[in-house]
Amino acid sequence: MKFTLSWLKDHLATEASIDEITERLTAIGLEVEGIEDPAAALAPFRIARVTSAIQHPNADRLRVLTVDPGDGTALQVVCGAPNAREGLVGVFAAPGTHIPGTGVDLSVGSIRGVESHGMMLSEREMGLSEDHDGIVDLPQDAPVGTPYVEWARIDDPVIEIGLTPNRADCLGVRGIARDLAAAGLGTLKPLADPAVPHSDDVATPTVTLDVPDDALCPAFALCLIEGVENGPSPDWLKKRLKAIGLRPINRLVDVTNYLTYDLDRPLHVFDADSVTGSLTVRMAKDGETIEALDGRTYTLDPSVVVIGDDKGVESLAGVMGGEASGSTDATTRVLVESALWDPYNIARTGRALGLNSDARHRFERGIDPAFTVPGLEAAVRMILDLCGGTAGPITLAGAVPDGTRTIAFPPSEIKRLSGLDVAEDTAEAVLVKLGFTVDRSTSPWSVTTPTWRADVEGKADLVEEVVRIVGIDDVAPTPMDRPGAVAPRVLTTLQNRVSTTRRALAARGMVEAVTWSFVSHEDATAFGGGSAAIALANPIAEALSDMRPSLLPGLVRAVTRNVNRGHPDVALFEVGQVFAGDEPDDQTTSASGVRQGKNRPNAVGRHWSHPGAAADVFDAKADLLAALTAIGGPADKAEVTRDAPGHYHPGRSGTLRLGPKILGHFGELHPALLTAMDAPERLVAFELTLETVPEPRRKATKKPAFSASDLMPVRRDFAFLVADETDARAITRAAKGARKDLITDVTVFDVYRGQGVPEGQKSVAVEVTLQPAERTLTDEDIDAVSSAVVAAVTKATGATLRG
Amino acid sequence: MDVAPTPLPDDLAQLEAAITAEIETAADEAALETVRVAALGKKGTVAERMKTLGKMSPDERRTMGPALNGLKARITDEIAARRETLVAEALTRQLASESVDVTLDPQAADIVAGRIHPISQVMDELVAIFADLGFSIAEGPDIETDDLNFTKLNFPEGHPARDMHDTFFLPERADGTRRLLRTHTSPVQIRTMLQQKPPIRIIAPGRTYRCDSDQTHTPMFHQVEGLVIDETAHIGHLKWVLTEFCKAFFEVEDAAMRFRPSYFPFTEPSYEVDIRCKRSADGIELGTGDDWLEILGSGMVHPNVLRNCGIDPDKYQGFAWGMGIDRIAMLKYGMPDLRAFFEADVRWLKHYGFQPLDRPSLGGGLSR
Repeated sequence: MKFTLSWLKDHLATEASIDEITERLTAIGLEVEGIEDPAAALAPFRIARVTSAIQHPNADRLRVLTVDPGDGTALQVVCGAPNAREGLVGVFAAPGTHIPGTGVDLSVGSIRGVESHGMMLSEREMGLSEDHDGIVDLPQDAPVGTPYVEWARIDDPVIEIGLTPNRADCLGVRGIARDLAAAGLGTLKPLADPAVPHSDDVATPTVTLDVPDDALCPAFALCLIEGVENGPSPDWLKKRLKAIGLRPINRLVDVTNYLTYDLDRPLHVFDADSVTGSLTVRMAKDGETIEALDGRTYTLDPSVVVIGDDKGVESLAGVMGGEASGSTDATTRVLVESALWDPYNIARTGRALGLNSDARHRFERGIDPAFTVPGLEAAVRMILDLCGGTAGPITLAGAVPDGTRTIAFPPSEIKRLSGLDVAEDTAEAVLVKLGFTVDRSTSPWSVTTPTWRADVEGKADLVEEVVRIVGIDDVAPTPMDRPGAVAPRVLTTLQNRVSTTRRALAARGMVEAVTWSFVSHEDATAFGGGSAAIALANPIAEALSDMRPSLLPGLVRAVTRNVNRGHPDVALFEVGQVFAGDEPDDQTTSASGVRQGKNRPNAVGRHWSHPGAAADVFDAKADLLAALTAIGGPADKAEVTRDAPGHYHPGRSGTLRLGPKILGHFGELHPALLTAMDAPERLVAFELTLETVPEPRRKATKKPAFSASDLMPVRRDFAFLVADETDARAITRAAKGARKDLITDVTVFDVYRGQGVPEGQKSVAVEVTLQPAERTLTDEDIDAVSSAVVAAVTKATGATLRG
Repeated sequence: MDVAPTPLPDDLAQLEAAITAEIETAADEAALETVRVAALGKKGTVAERMKTLGKMSPDERRTMGPALNGLKARITDEIAARRETLVAEALTRQLASESVDVTLDPQAADIVAGRIHPISQVMDELVAIFADLGFSIAEGPDIETDDLNFTKLNFPEGHPARDMHDTFFLPERADGTRRLLRTHTSPVQIRTMLQQKPPIRIIAPGRTYRCDSDQTHTPMFHQVEGLVIDETAHIGHLKWVLTEFCKAFFEVEDAAMRFRPSYFPFTEPSYEVDIRCKRSADGIELGTGDDWLEILGSGMVHPNVLRNCGIDPDKYQGFAWGMGIDRIAMLKYGMPDLRAFFEADVRWLKHYGFQPLDRPSLGGGLSR
């Protein structure tokens, strides 16, 4: 919302400076977003006279002017404006000045071979309006040589405030003045006497309300004025409209625009002679069209409220009038409309048609219903003042709603919610100045809202009103007690896991990325998702259309970008949400990582100390197990199976399971998928679903007593020949199970294929650790255990002991 | 008693000279051992001469005994000294042969290369600060219902405030409703109040979404919500909590704040909060200067919101606030461009990221 200082002072009698005013506006919630001094940018431009204008020798559309800038010189200026002519008085910009409308710094130049020492400006070039049909054409008596701003009295600062949607009442200058007056910055001037002479010689217009719900158009007031003379508005009016960025059109239209901003009363004027029959407020018919005043044609449906006549639609109710019945300079009979509309319907219509207007902006936020007829009177009065003519009686269809609300308000509420002590007299005075009626004879108080404050619904709103005017700065920060002496545990297990997993993976040399929660449909599908239920209805881009089923597509894309930028050997991870559906339980937390190129734990890139091998499936498996271990997961109990989702390489991937639960996956990503994604080859990755890792049982902080055997452990090596496809895990599990009381550990220390091992087999060498509990083992004891180990492994896997 | 050394007979002197020469020329410990055995071993030259003592007369023995014993003792000492020398020389040679070029770079430890994203770090900082103030951490899903994201938060259907949220929607479901991506973390307030009786003190950090993208907006961003509900919490407490937070988070002595009346459907009264700052060519410095920077929105929880959650607004009251995590991270750590947060450029992550073990705590300081 923009207004000028002088405009504000039409409504507010105040001695306050602009700084005081703007500071107070922000303090009471009408945030000042900008103060523009339009004179500053225009200061260098002076009024000048064109003393001669001749045809440019080399260009049909250009003229060569001689310009008198008022200092006795005669300057040659090349000009393309159609209205450039001898004798014109306009505005001159000398070389070296900055042209605000174009952003150009002017210099002496040559245009088609003729030197030009400056330019004559159009309004658009001065940033005053969009008018670029010609250069500014001032009255002949405008004083040549005088700064233009001085003569045009462009000295009125423009203030722009950002309004929150609840403060519809401040979409008019008067509402702003009322707030400032309540805040002690002056007094609100009374409104001009609205009394308008109405003549019975002019017809009383008729209007029919034909809408299915009265709420769509509670009231519609109309007045016919005859004998008006339309044309350009007076300068003061044009100046104000231009100052706030509106384009003056003609007196009738300018009056409606002016009162929209002045009194927050949107209006519409119809050229009465372009209206066929009488007006009806009705729902549009499906497919009906209207060419609106913005020059665009809109196709309507029956949810849109329109004002029609016998021909068709003449106006989009509360949003924008129609071109056909709009006022022109030739208009002599005019119908002035002041109506009330349903905010939600206006908002929906505006959204559906993609049509913004000052009227829509106000109606959808709520308009003072009580001002419907007074607003019309103000418009009629202003039209009579500016255009002459005779006004007929006012027609009011429907009924103006009361618009007030009475709230039971205990004044103690102020202290309860704000912590601020406000004297009851002060609270009452503030409310009264804002237009509320306060009845203190009742307990609690009975406070009635003004008709323009539909946003005030209850006690809390009244507290806000009092506190914002008294001053929120007066509320002192008040320390809160801590609940309990020692803070309770604040993080859930999952929250702890998220943070711990991040730090565990970073400690393995991986870098944390945060990627979009949405991926392309192709990527979602390739990584096990792509369900229509979690594809966005209105994605911002094709690459960001589906909620991610996995963190891997985002990470693979990120790795690829880094490699393509010339930064290979990347290890990225992310810990974040993934989606299997649209229910809350479908969202789980994944910790996932991707390693690319020569980025292995403790061996990154090419280095003199190691061969610089590429990360492989076991690095990914190690990452997965490290993450699991870091959050206290049962890495020792988890089983690995040789299967994984389709985005992995089928022979180089696995699934980590705990009983029936899948904890995660790891492996090389599928080469065909990587090719399709234009990703580097041989990426290894893992995924861990944090929610599937069992919660640790609540246990005492005390651990079992420490006991360590004094007896030496014994280690024995075995080499087994097994079929190539046998799981190493099957051998170690069988070996460990051979004597559970003695065998504490079984480790594979060699896997060998080749000479000495039959084709299709491999040799798996394990070290078995025996820990005697009661006595030192004899050779016979050890031989017995060895036999048991060999028997168990043979039974489980068909292995033979390698000789 | 001083005993004069017995002069050695010539043959013994020759023997000693010969053995001494052998000791001095022994090249290594093995050679020295050979010399020792040849001289002092059971059949060694000195041992053979000792055996002759038995056949000597007592007078001869009185002379030769000490002479031979002296000879044996001297040779033993010489061998020990020579051995020490040889061991020292061998060690010196070994050490020289084992020398490496220590100017070569070692493989950097993984823990040096890894990084934590600034957003995660700032979330951990928030947790540290608010845990100390007695808050716990609440969370909710990213895919929300219209009811929890809007209606229960007092955004009526068709309200213009809904338009300002640029909501991402999911497809219509069989029942005609449609889910959305939460536009703020405020639905977590509702979830918490529906599940938990007052007193409530939570913060809710998380991802939020709006279909908006330009220099300063990304379609996904991070917010943290705060909520306090009890029987007395008022704006003075809100001011205190936010001031304490800003002082702790931005690590400034003075966090002067300005509360501006504003509007949010779910709070009444509502305030936008600015923090004092100084703007210069070097960027924004907080806690000093005479300019203001908006950092968050806040207010007293709207009575309708309390009612919607089954909480009696005449008995309980409280406040809530919300702010952008990405934004406060940018302010604190001087990152100029929000979009870079989500591009996963390793150079950026290594530059602005944090060490894996740099876990923020109030005791240890939030930033180091």
